[in-house]
Amino acid sequence: MAYSDKVVDHFNNPRNMGSFKKDEEGVGTGMVGAPECGDVMKLQIKVQNDMIVDAKFKTFGCGSAIASSSLATEWLKGKTIEEAQKIKNTDIVQELNLPPVKIHCSVLAEDAIKAALADYQKKADGTPTAAK
Amino acid sequence: MKLPIFLDNHSTTPMDPRVLETMLPYFVEKFGNAASRNHAFGWAAEEAVENARKQIAKLIKADPKEIVFTSGATESDNLAIKGALEMYGEKGNHIITSATEHRAVLDTVKVLEGKGKATATYLPVDKCGMVSPEDVRNAITEKTILISVMMANNEIGTINPIKEIGKIAKEKGILFHCDATQGVGKIPVDVQDMGIDLMSFTSHKMYGPKGVGALYVRKKNPRVRIVAQIDGGGHERGMRSGTLPVPLIVGFGKACELCEQEMTKETARLIAMRDRLEASIMKALEESYLNGHPTNRLPGNLNISFAYVEGESLLMGMKDIALSSGSACTSATLEPSYVLRALGVGTELAHSSIRFGLGRFNTDDEIDYTIKKVVEIVTKLREMSPLYEMAKEGVDLKSVQWAAH
Repeated sequence: MAYSDKVVDHFNNPRNMGSFKKDEEGVGTGMVGAPECGDVMKLQIKVQNDMIVDAKFKTFGCGSAIASSSLATEWLKGKTIEEAQKIKNTDIVQELNLPPVKIHCSVLAEDAIKAALADYQKKADGTPTAAK
Repeated sequence: MKLPIFLDNHSTTPMDPRVLETMLPYFVEKFGNAASRNHAFGWAAEEAVENARKQIAKLIKADPKEIVFTSGATESDNLAIKGALEMYGEKGNHIITSATEHRAVLDTVKVLEGKGKATATYLPVDKCGMVSPEDVRNAITEKTILISVMMANNEIGTINPIKEIGKIAKEKGILFHCDATQGVGKIPVDVQDMGIDLMSFTSHKMYGPKGVGALYVRKKNPRVRIVAQIDGGGHERGMRSGTLPVPLIVGFGKACELCEQEMTKETARLIAMRDRLEASIMKALEESYLNGHPTNRLPGNLNISFAYVEGESLLMGMKDIALSSGSACTSATLEPSYVLRALGVGTELAHSSIRFGLGRFNTDDEIDYTIKKVVEIVTKLREMSPLYEMAKEGVDLKSVQWAAH
C-alpha cells in the first residue's frame, strides 16, 4: 500500500512524541485501542485556563495510526477545550488522505482526543480520575 | 550494495540469469508446440520439455513420467486434492490436513467441505509449527482417502516430519499429498524415501520463471490416478490439458538442475547469513521472539516478533528492505497471521512479526545493512510505543482492561 506524503512525514518525524506525568496538574490522559487489535493510542493534553498549551502522544500501531495521533497533537495545541471537542475523524482522514482501510486509525485518534478531554474534565471537576 | 534489498524470498525469487539464458531460444526461434508430432518445430519443443521433465524429476528422485506440468503450485494443490477426491470419492470423502497449510490447500478443502463433497480434519501444530505424525494416525477414519500436509511452512519455515507421515499413509493405504512449494529446491526431497504420492511445487520459488509448476503423481506402488480438472487436448497423460508453455518449462528444468547442483553450498551460505542475522538482532533487541522451529526450518527463513511494536509500522520504517509481516494491517483479511495463531503466538505478538526470507542473491553487506536498520527502527518505535512504556513501568499488560474496538 502506498502512503500519502503526509503520513510518511508524520511517521518519520512524529510531532510531540512523548509523555506527561499523568498526575501532573492540568494533564488529561486518554488511552484507547487494544494490543490484540494491533493498535493502542495514548494521547495527553496539558491545560491552562481552559486552553490546551501542550499535547503528547505515544502509539503502538501502523504508520497511519502513528500519523493520525501525531497530527492530533499538532491540532490540539493552542485550542480551547470546546474547540478540541469539535475535531472529527473525518478531518484527519482528509488531512492525511487515508484510504478506506485506514479510517479506523482516524476514529481511534478522535476517541483518544475525547478520552483525554474527559479525563481532564473529571480531574478538573475534582472527581477521582479514571486514568489508567 | 543496491537498494532496495529483496529479503522476501518466500514470496517469490528473482530468476537466475542462467535460467533466463536457457529459456531465450524457446520464444522466437524454437517456438513449436510440444504436442505437434509431425514436424521439426514440434519435435524440438517436445525434446526440450522432456529434457526439463528429467531435470525436475531428478531433483525430487522421481521418474520423469510422474511429472505433470501446471501453471503453479496453487493449481497443483487444486488438481491433487479435487482430482483425488473425484477419483476415489467412492471409497470415502474424508481429508486430513493441517492448520498451517497454505491457503491454496485450506481453501480448496474448505470449498469441497462447503459443497458437501468432503469432510475434513485440520490437525493442530505444536508451538514450533510441526504436525505430529501420531495426530495424523489418530485422525484416520474408514472414510479417509487423502492426507495433505505441507513440507515446509511459508511463514515460519518449519519443516514437517514428512517421511513419518508418509509411512503412516502407506501403512494405512491412504494417499499422501504434500505441498512442497517452499521445500523443493531448498532442502533435499526424495518422493520414494518420503512416501509421497502427490506433490505440488513451483518454479518461481526456486529462481525459475513464474507461471509454471508441477504436480508429482506417483506411477507405481501405488499407481495414483486423479481426475483432470481442466479438460481439453488430453495433454500430460490426460491429467492436465493445455498447450505446454515450453520456454517456462525449459526454465523450470534449468532452475531445478541448478538447485540440485548447488544446494549443499547454497544451504551452508544461507544458514550462516540467516544465523548471523538472527543472533545479531536477538542480541541487540530484548523481547524479540523467534517464531517457528529453532533448528528444523528452511535455511533462508527467519521469523521474529518484536514485542510492543506493530509489524506494518516496522515495514514502513524499513522501506528500502522488502520484507513481510504477519500483522493484520498487511493482510487482505485484516486478521493477523493464522499460521502464527495456530502456533499459539498471542495476537499482539502476531501483529508484531516480521518474516525475513533470504535467498541465493543476498549478500553479507545486505545482511549487515538489515541488522542495522532493524535495530534502529525497533528501538525508535518502542520509544513511541505506549505498551513499551507501560511494560518498563512494570505494568502487566495482560491485567489491563483494554477497550477493544
